[in-house]
Amino acid sequence: MSSPRERLAMSHPKEGAAGQTGTWRVFKPVVDREKCNACGLCSMYCPDAVIDADLNIDLRFCKGCGICANECPKKAIEMVREEK
Amino acid sequence: MLKCTSACAGCSDSLALRYVLKAAGPDTVMVVPACCTSVIQGIYPNTAFNVPVYNIAFGAAAACASGMSNAFRAAGKKTNVIAYAGDGGTLDIGIQAMSGAFERGTDFLYICYDNEAYGNTGMQRSGGTPMGAKTTTTPTGKTDAKKDIDMIIAAHDPPYMATACAAYPQDIFKKVQKALTFRGPTFLHILAPCPPGWRYPTEKSVEMGKLAVKTGMWVLYEREYGKVTIGPQSKAAMKKSLPLEDYLSPQGRFKGIDPQVVEILKQRIAKNFKRLTAEEEASA
Repeated sequence: MSSPRERLAMSHPKEGAAGQTGTWRVFKPVVDREKCNACGLCSMYCPDAVIDADLNIDLRFCKGCGICANECPKKAIEMVREEK
Repeated sequence: MLKCTSACAGCSDSLALRYVLKAAGPDTVMVVPACCTSVIQGIYPNTAFNVPVYNIAFGAAAACASGMSNAFRAAGKKTNVIAYAGDGGTLDIGIQAMSGAFERGTDFLYICYDNEAYGNTGMQRSGGTPMGAKTTTTPTGKTDAKKDIDMIIAAHDPPYMATACAAYPQDIFKKVQKALTFRGPTFLHILAPCPPGWRYPTEKSVEMGKLAVKTGMWVLYEREYGKVTIGPQSKAAMKKSLPLEDYLSPQGRFKGIDPQVVEILKQRIAKNFKRLTAEEEASA
């Protein structure tokens, strides 16, 4: 028998709570390490926090919005069409 | 906040949320009424939020937060209570509960992120929609002006209130940290550009927020015990603002806007600048 408390609709924190959102992507960000000066603006502006402190992009969850490429002062990020 | 929310690509609300939660720290409880944020938490039984979140009916966010805050204080806890509501849940449906909570002097932070329509249900017009913007319920452009919620809040005389924009995340971070140091009700109004609703490409979210500030459509300021301080970004915009058309033309919702309406919007911007500058000078 379950107690009333267990019947509450309660969610628990988990990475990837909405599934693999990387599959939504049409264009994927590709970083040109030669041009990159590691300013970190892409990481700051990423709405999904998929760019870590070392500026590696987690492509499992990147939705491909392109804010990083648009805001990059050195234009080091290019959006390339995904190949299916 | 953890990776992978179910927000749209380029959502500036999830960008703002990241910084709000970062600034608030782990000892925080959030109250979220029906809005985009209740959707972007993810799919049951998982959630992308690493703090307790209470999802509640549309009009009840501030009332619920008020009760929570009082319960925490009665138990001697300093937990931050944040009500995080959209513009519909603040300007239209939630206004009476919010007004009540501000009147009672509840110790909480109310954040309104403003995407200027009911984005979650497909962009219906709200009190926050600016004049001339097309939504699904105003197909020829809204004929009424945007409700100035900040003035309504200012009339409640809270210890601290501020406006912010999702395009300036460090500014949000600082303002949330500052707001949580006050005892009593505090208010933060964040402009959150919405790519599908405002009809612009996803990569322009941050650019759009910056343009809103630079053209003067959105003014960043703080009001601390009645003392107004205009943010440096808006100070620069007041000296030399970009033409309003730079902000309107990339957005599909302002497509084919009547030049007369643009003129009215410009007049309102000028009036707003004048009023805030006068207030700043008067309270200095």
